[in-house]
Amino acid sequence: MDEANIRASKDIPPAEVADVELYHAKSFWTKYVFSQDAKVIAIQYSGTAAAIGFVALVLSWLMRLQLGFPGLADFITIEAYYQFVTIHGMIMVVYLLTAVFLGGFGNYLIPLMVGARDMVFPYINMLSFWFYFLAVVLLVVSFFVPGGPTGAGWTLYPPQAILSGTPGGSGAGIIMMLLSLIVFIIGFTMGGLNYVVTVLQGRARGMTLMRLPLSVWGIFTASVMALLAFPALLVASVMMLFDRLLGTSFFMPTLIEMGEQLSYGGGSPIMFQHLFWFFGHPEVYIVALPAFGIVSDLLSTHARKTIFGYRMMVWAIIGIGGLSFIVWAHHMYVSGMNPYFGFFFATTTLIIAVPTAIKVYNWVLTLWRGDIHLTIPMLFSLAFIVTFVNGGLTGLFLGNVVVDVPLSDTMFVVAHFHMVMGVAPLMVIFGAIYHWYPNVTGRMLDEAMGKWHFWVTFVGSYLIFFPMHYVGLVGVPRRYPELGDSAFIPDSVQMLNSFISLAAFAVGFAQLLFIYNVITSLRRGKIAEKNPWRATTLEWQTPDMPPTHGNWGDELPVVYRWPYDYSVPGAAEDFIAQNDPGPQPAGETKT
Amino acid sequence: MIIVLLFLLVVAVIAGRWLSRQGLMSQPWLEVGVGDITEGRDRTALSGAKLGLFVFLAVVGGFFALLVSGYVMRMGYPDWRNTPMPPLLWVNSALLVMGSVLLHNALLSARKGDRATTRLALAVAGVAAFGFLAGQLVVWQQLTDAGLGLTANPANSFFYMLTGIHGLHIVGGLVAWGRTTLAVFGDHPVEQQVTRIELSALYWHFLLFVWALLMVVMLGWADDLVNMCNQLLR
Repeated sequence: MDEANIRASKDIPPAEVADVELYHAKSFWTKYVFSQDAKVIAIQYSGTAAAIGFVALVLSWLMRLQLGFPGLADFITIEAYYQFVTIHGMIMVVYLLTAVFLGGFGNYLIPLMVGARDMVFPYINMLSFWFYFLAVVLLVVSFFVPGGPTGAGWTLYPPQAILSGTPGGSGAGIIMMLLSLIVFIIGFTMGGLNYVVTVLQGRARGMTLMRLPLSVWGIFTASVMALLAFPALLVASVMMLFDRLLGTSFFMPTLIEMGEQLSYGGGSPIMFQHLFWFFGHPEVYIVALPAFGIVSDLLSTHARKTIFGYRMMVWAIIGIGGLSFIVWAHHMYVSGMNPYFGFFFATTTLIIAVPTAIKVYNWVLTLWRGDIHLTIPMLFSLAFIVTFVNGGLTGLFLGNVVVDVPLSDTMFVVAHFHMVMGVAPLMVIFGAIYHWYPNVTGRMLDEAMGKWHFWVTFVGSYLIFFPMHYVGLVGVPRRYPELGDSAFIPDSVQMLNSFISLAAFAVGFAQLLFIYNVITSLRRGKIAEKNPWRATTLEWQTPDMPPTHGNWGDELPVVYRWPYDYSVPGAAEDFIAQNDPGPQPAGETKT
Repeated sequence: MIIVLLFLLVVAVIAGRWLSRQGLMSQPWLEVGVGDITEGRDRTALSGAKLGLFVFLAVVGGFFALLVSGYVMRMGYPDWRNTPMPPLLWVNSALLVMGSVLLHNALLSARKGDRATTRLALAVAGVAAFGFLAGQLVVWQQLTDAGLGLTANPANSFFYMLTGIHGLHIVGGLVAWGRTTLAVFGDHPVEQQVTRIELSALYWHFLLFVWALLMVVMLGWADDLVNMCNQLLR
């Protein structure tokens, strides 16, 4: 960095970025309900996602109740069990994880972190939330239609998804599900446009792409991926809706049901699988990339150390984003595909482990010789690293065709994806909520409750999912409500299942504690300092804390440095904020 | 899925070209200040609205690429019979071309401040769009009357779905057209509406392009190419 730049930077007008005309709320309704403020929309997204996530949690309890203690609850019929499995999976993947990371954190963090007043298209942003809300309502309504919600499994594979043998298949359940997905995707597209364009156009002066916090990089790349991947689910949903309602045969082969030939014929169920997984695999990274980004920021801030290998981190995010579009068929090894395809997709699957591993090394190296504060966000971040490594390693096994074929559709797969894209991203979500709660509310979350929440969740998830790998290895298939009499399954599996269920109940209750903490701390939490974690990024540098409508008061911030200036030798404090011009002029030069 | 992968390749090339100018090789930890760094590669030169439209068009493009991917995958099956294309489709296509030309014309005259021509061009473009939609409905009617309904053959199912979804996008475009036209018929100087007209025109050109590709695929002009791809994948 040459001195000329530093000198030039002293008298830079703050806002060469055209200041946007802000929308001003006129009534309670436009301020809190139909709000166009990204921060309010973020809270609405997160709140709705948490509410529907609670439904998913209860469903998982019911599933574990059936698996751990079969016959204890007689209202859990086989049909009901299928419905629980389906809706639990669908909610967690689409309506909770995607919505919280992109709709929640994306809306809250993007404008604040890039130094903008709001999203570029606030009105469309508001519509985005209300479409999401409608999608959630449709999903909930499907519980109350005749026949109940669909029980087709979260992958909704045809032909079974729309046949009468599957719960909700001949009723309205599957129709509501598909409609809900279509509405969700339309809503997401509106939000995604905002996230992408705001990162590209809304950045404050001096905020180059290579000065973006990794959180923004993760959310940005995931949004781009989601914009390209969700249309595949949209196409699949529309075509299945045609098959179900209008009698076309896009996915439906010639079928005989209850001795009667159906009018379908000639369709290809494999085509659905291609379309579904063309969305489904990028979806894994749509959830993972924001988690990667956010955890990088949490680790750096709470270890008071620059992120290790920032450039590599950015390249890895972009690389993962690109590669994730050419691995989809590794979910279809057992669909009878051409062996050369399997070879190709196994290879790409293993290649994608390279940038992912780079990220893991960099997180660990960020911690190395850092000043690690074991705050709750840090605890969750550490838990994320180990959980993600655990889940990722079994992913390498399953990515190989020869290993996947015997393990396909066993509890091993269930354990794998719960570790890697269930528990791991949730760890980041929790860590991020503990980290940014003071920024949203101006108060800290209760630490003692937080520690309980963390330890029960962390240890508990391992008690749930570690034994589940073994259950899968013995050969217990997934989606079976009861083990029945199978010669190859030892009796001890039932004991293990009961144990897993007890752990699952405990982890679930820890989440209730967390929700209690979030609600009570609104009023009773310790008042937060202005920048309680002494972080460098812009969202902590707003004139008002918590940031008000418009974020920046009269003048937009000017960005002078990258977001990871922690423990800079010679600096007055152990962090230098991004909008801090720093000591003038020479002392700042690092080599 | 070849089609959608080709589409993604195009998107990746554009994104890659853009990223290559964003200083991904820079060393942000060494660079302090706002001087040089902001120039050139700071933000893209497009306005927010235009960039938003381009991103949206990429999404719509991906959507249609996936639909055509499905079409092409299904074509490989023996029971496939291409839908006979009623001649009226050529009239409809001409209307769509006309709309595109007129909107471009409206844009040019709005830039010059020629209010009367802008109004006329916009209004006739809208009529052409409604004509296109009506024509498509008549085509549906003709096909159904000929016994080629939605479920008669997989090709027909695709024909109705593709034309229907394309039509829905035209309807969406008409909403934007309506807002633009209302604004142009208002009192403000027509120059203020240039961005709006430009965005409408861009969207129209894009839908015309999509329609042209759909026609090529549905007429069977691309059959040889498709068969070649399907052979490769078998």
